[in-house]
Amino acid sequence: MDSPVHRVSLGDTWSRRVHPDMASERLIQSFSVEQLTNILDGGAQNTALRRKVESIIHSDPEFSMKDNYFMNQNERYVAAVQKRFHFQIIAKRLGWSENSPEFYYAYRALSGELALGLHTVFLKSLQSLGSEEQIAKWTPLCNEFRIIASYAQTELGHGTNLRGLETEATYDAATQEFVVHSPTLTATKWWPGDMGRSATHTLVQAQLICSGARQGMHAFIVPIRSLRDHTPLPGVTVGDIGPKMDFDNTDHGFLQLDHVRIPRENMLSRFAQVLPDGTYVKLGTQQTNYFSMVVVRVELLLGEIIPLLQKACVIAIRYSVIRRQSSIRPSDPEAKILDYQTQQQKLLPQLATAYAFHFLARNLLKFLHSSYDAIQNKDFSHLPELHALSAGIKAMTSDLCFQGSELCRRACGGHGYSKLSGLPSLVTRVTASCTYEGDNTVLYLQTARFLVKNYLQTQAIPGSTQKSLPPSVAYLTAPYLARCPAQKAADFLHPKLYTTAWAHVAARLIKDSAHHLETLIQSGADWDEAWNQTTVIHLQTAKAHCYYISVKSFTETLEKLENKPAVQQVLKRLCDLYALHGILTNAADFLHDGFLSGAQVDAVRTGYLELLGLVRKDAILLTDAFDFTDPSLNSALGCYDGNVYERLFHWAQKSPTNTQGNPAYEKYLRPLLQSWKSKL
Amino acid sequence: MNQDLRREREAASFNPELLTHVLDGSPENTRRRREIENLILNDPDFQHEDLNFLTRSQRYEVAVRKSANMVKKIREFGIADPEEIMWFKKIHLVNFVEPVGLNFSMFIPTLLNQGTTAQQEKWLFSSQGLQIIGTYAQTEMGHGTHLRGLETTATYDPETKEFILNSPTVTSIKWWPGGLGKTSNHAIVLAQLITKGKCYGLHAFIVPIREIGTHKPLPGITVGDIGPKFGYDEMDNGYLKMDNYRIPRENMLMKYAQVKPDGTYVKPVSNKLTYGTMVFVRSFLVGEAARSLSKACTIAIRYSAVRHQSEIKPGEPEPQILDFQTQQYKLFPLLATAYAFQFVGAYVKETYHRINEGIGQGDLSELPELHALVAGLKAFTSWTTNAAIEACRMACGGHGYSHCSGLPNIYVTFTPTCTFEGENTVMMLQTARFLMKSYDQVHSGKLVGGMVSYLNDRPTQRIQPQQVAVWPTVVDIDSPDSLTEAYKLRAARLVEIAAKNLQNEVIQRESKEVAWNLTSVDLVRASEAHCHYVAVKLFSEKLLKIQDKSVHAVLRNLCLLYCLYGISQKAGDFLQGSIMTESQITQVNQRIKELLTAIRPDAVALVDAFDFQDVTLGSVLGRYDGNVYENLFEWAKKSPLNKSEVHESYYKYLKPLQSKL
Repeated sequence: MDSPVHRVSLGDTWSRRVHPDMASERLIQSFSVEQLTNILDGGAQNTALRRKVESIIHSDPEFSMKDNYFMNQNERYVAAVQKRFHFQIIAKRLGWSENSPEFYYAYRALSGELALGLHTVFLKSLQSLGSEEQIAKWTPLCNEFRIIASYAQTELGHGTNLRGLETEATYDAATQEFVVHSPTLTATKWWPGDMGRSATHTLVQAQLICSGARQGMHAFIVPIRSLRDHTPLPGVTVGDIGPKMDFDNTDHGFLQLDHVRIPRENMLSRFAQVLPDGTYVKLGTQQTNYFSMVVVRVELLLGEIIPLLQKACVIAIRYSVIRRQSSIRPSDPEAKILDYQTQQQKLLPQLATAYAFHFLARNLLKFLHSSYDAIQNKDFSHLPELHALSAGIKAMTSDLCFQGSELCRRACGGHGYSKLSGLPSLVTRVTASCTYEGDNTVLYLQTARFLVKNYLQTQAIPGSTQKSLPPSVAYLTAPYLARCPAQKAADFLHPKLYTTAWAHVAARLIKDSAHHLETLIQSGADWDEAWNQTTVIHLQTAKAHCYYISVKSFTETLEKLENKPAVQQVLKRLCDLYALHGILTNAADFLHDGFLSGAQVDAVRTGYLELLGLVRKDAILLTDAFDFTDPSLNSALGCYDGNVYERLFHWAQKSPTNTQGNPAYEKYLRPLLQSWKSKL
Repeated sequence: MNQDLRREREAASFNPELLTHVLDGSPENTRRRREIENLILNDPDFQHEDLNFLTRSQRYEVAVRKSANMVKKIREFGIADPEEIMWFKKIHLVNFVEPVGLNFSMFIPTLLNQGTTAQQEKWLFSSQGLQIIGTYAQTEMGHGTHLRGLETTATYDPETKEFILNSPTVTSIKWWPGGLGKTSNHAIVLAQLITKGKCYGLHAFIVPIREIGTHKPLPGITVGDIGPKFGYDEMDNGYLKMDNYRIPRENMLMKYAQVKPDGTYVKPVSNKLTYGTMVFVRSFLVGEAARSLSKACTIAIRYSAVRHQSEIKPGEPEPQILDFQTQQYKLFPLLATAYAFQFVGAYVKETYHRINEGIGQGDLSELPELHALVAGLKAFTSWTTNAAIEACRMACGGHGYSHCSGLPNIYVTFTPTCTFEGENTVMMLQTARFLMKSYDQVHSGKLVGGMVSYLNDRPTQRIQPQQVAVWPTVVDIDSPDSLTEAYKLRAARLVEIAAKNLQNEVIQRESKEVAWNLTSVDLVRASEAHCHYVAVKLFSEKLLKIQDKSVHAVLRNLCLLYCLYGISQKAGDFLQGSIMTESQITQVNQRIKELLTAIRPDAVALVDAFDFQDVTLGSVLGRYDGNVYENLFEWAKKSPLNKSEVHESYYKYLKPLQSKL
């Protein structure tokens, strides 16, 4: 806890002093912040490594992000390319390899403000879909940046539904080439990152047609820009898709291919091959391709989505102890706004969620790794569960992280609307995660399908399936509990009690889902029709299941902290708050079958309001424990030292609207004002 | 026209034109609104650049140009009615953000309200003709909603008969006023008045900030733009710092309070009317919520009728995404909400005008309730709309994230409504204060009137959830009136719970204020329930006034959906209060799904009835003709990143990168 050098701000004079309202929050420490940071990092050695990387990044002026908010789309793209370029050189010098923890920490320190992110996605796809020769050929080209690659799947008219993609790759046996073609306007590839301006190659997902038969989606490496002068190659129409809410660092692109010919060897052929004569040969199932999609989703959680909510909490909570507004008692000085119950109710459940999701994602990552090991031994049995969990958790996490960070932004009043607060950028980034890598509604429904299927299995052969139920749905066969035994508010502060309550609701909803579906089927609808007519309830079911999983994962994390009682206590309060907040938000589901009575819901509310007051005391320490550096927060409101107003004033001066002239005055205001005589 | 949209329009069960008349208030209003809109659209001076491709500075410049132009045009076209000026501005300015807007919406009204006749003579003419451009500077960097906390001082110097203005701290710097950053040369500044060594609280002063002729900040004035924001790129929200800056005594607005030449302070007689402006602005914002949500629904629903994706049954062609139940469930409740808010907005506006006439005749009796109601409704509608616009955007998938959809713009322009003109939570607590007062009044034996009259007749048993038997009637989920009753019971119950919890805390804490803070979560809940009841009530009452049968039928479905969806979202309240049973909630959920199916064929016609011009929507996805993809491609080609075939960064970074590694 000694000198948190890594946290110190941008070297401005006022930041040598911590704002007294911030200092007072850190005076009494009911737990060791450093210990909690280590837990979040997964060990003290990780914390040390992370800080080392952060100090390398932040001490390098080329990586400065302080002008980010003043840049237009083009400038931010250029800056991101420049940073990426500089980063590659440093990484090479220091021996940081792709996929190393250093890479990950550097990305975190730079808040993802780098270009060419899809280069990595290309490499990963190559490794999972390419043959050994293809991997050997293309990997070094990528690593040395002799080519810049992207990944092109989504089309103008087609997204989540892969089978709907229209781009075609037709094999021409005469020349042993594929002819890759966009047959319609809606077939234009649209949204792929790095493709608008940067990429020289892209991995195109297209319908394979050979020997006159359509063989479904396959991946093709298509050169799109000249390696000599970067101009688009013949037959290629490529460009940027225009301004977006955020991600200006990435040049999302469009691509139209007009009968572009590529050699036969450019089709990735680990799982399927087209022989020179046009014969299509399948080489096994694409289980691992499907696995790589899961990997992307799980890595997104800790690498992108959850830190955005964590940062939003840090900024909003720090600002809320500096900002004073009105007074609680007329005679008192103006109160810190965090002392208002309504402000606590906005922010503290978000903080609890940020912690809950962190542990949830960590546990999911562990499950992913063990599944990976199993797959190496040709055991694919965990895949359906892993797929269902990762889909639902990605959907829940991105939904609630978005809602939470937007709430944090609005909880900062007017200043939260200024980009200098850092909050608008967090919101616009996290909101994209609700639709990319699988639209959340579609993902929830995938989870629901898994839940309903498992439930129907338990019904088909009663009693005999208990052992074969995947662990995450084992509660489907848990002993039935009709009523919650809690008598008073304090009873609800028991992890076992509220975990059981969540399991009860999730199980009931799964049964409801199945019954609705079966009722429709019995009345004559076919399965697909019946499924579409019942999707609203399936969504609700998947959400309840995921919430249950997150509560359970949080409580399991607590159990492992027996030897750190102080940290355990503060985390338990967050866990309680998370679980009870969820119950109150979904009170109807708990009241519905009488599992909770009205009086019990009132008791939950009492417990919840008391928790707000308790968590309030540790709020700043809990945000400190995330250990985000000031430069990575890039917020005038959320810096460690709490010098909000000086920073805001100082940063505003640097806005181009102040440093550059006012052409509008010369052109329009002056003529407007010129009718002025000597009246004033 | 896109085939899908053509089919949708042909299959509608009602004539959207008739519904447009309902929304505008009369066929005559619709006609006149279109006439004004066409004036602009047919005007060669009205060039509508796509703002999405411009930098902030360019967007500001465009807005200033349009503002300057507009003053001329409004005169030229002879538009004088405030409502019509609003229509004009809305289509002319696209985002409705106007750097010189504060001159008309705040500077001039404040001058009229608080200035003496002499002051009005001096300033009014030149500000109306934009010979001077004024703004209104209240909010400071460290102080917002709580007015008494403002720190700026105006100290009277009897020697020179001047006020000395100072920004004593960083937190006292004026921050956020629109048009202050670059545009205005005068500001009405709110400051703590100090004379003869005594502070008399906040007063308004006219402060010249930029030199006439050069537009340079005057000595002692530090003024500038506060930097980039989430939205409002066209607006130069500014900061203002004053160092021993002197203005003549006559620059204090002295209609009410006065400072005599010798420094003697003369108290105002009464100052009740000032909050009339506040009520007006907030009631206007309720209407804005309705309009913004209606726009978002128009875009999302039209696009959902054009977009095809996935399959419901394997092997069949991709259906319109509007045929997926989940998509209907995302959008139709929001459409119903948009209609509900349209009627709430119309009601608030009418009520304001009615009460305002009363005030003109000295009748202030209805003002407190209106003030309380509008505060809560502003918060209720803006919170709901804020979330709903985002939901519409996400319902458009990836393309919703692109500025081509227009939805990001609608969102960032609307979302400050939640925090400005009174932060929403504070607004809800103001409504709660009125509810608590009314509750106490009933308990001391006096009846209350208006929208809170339900507090008069509630049986005390209502708070005990077990006694279902006390309910005289069973809720009929097919009757808007019966559902309104259900909402009324919920509001009554939550008001009572808040009141009782507040009483308990008062007894325990021995301080009303501490107790208030510790009950504030309950209080906000009570206000929300009250506002929800008001919205439901206004919607179902509106149905009675609809003549046309087919329009009535479709609006009735929307009204039912609005009511039932709210119940399903807040089912806990209805169950806990024993207002409805578990099996009724199950029926509610079932009925919602039936309504989705019933509304589906009319969805496109229902958004057509909002009658937005394509330029107002500013959306490629929401175009009336539905030709989305062709225009999306054309739009993207205009992006500045596509100006050169090979981007500069290739030579600067990418090429060297390839050689250095």
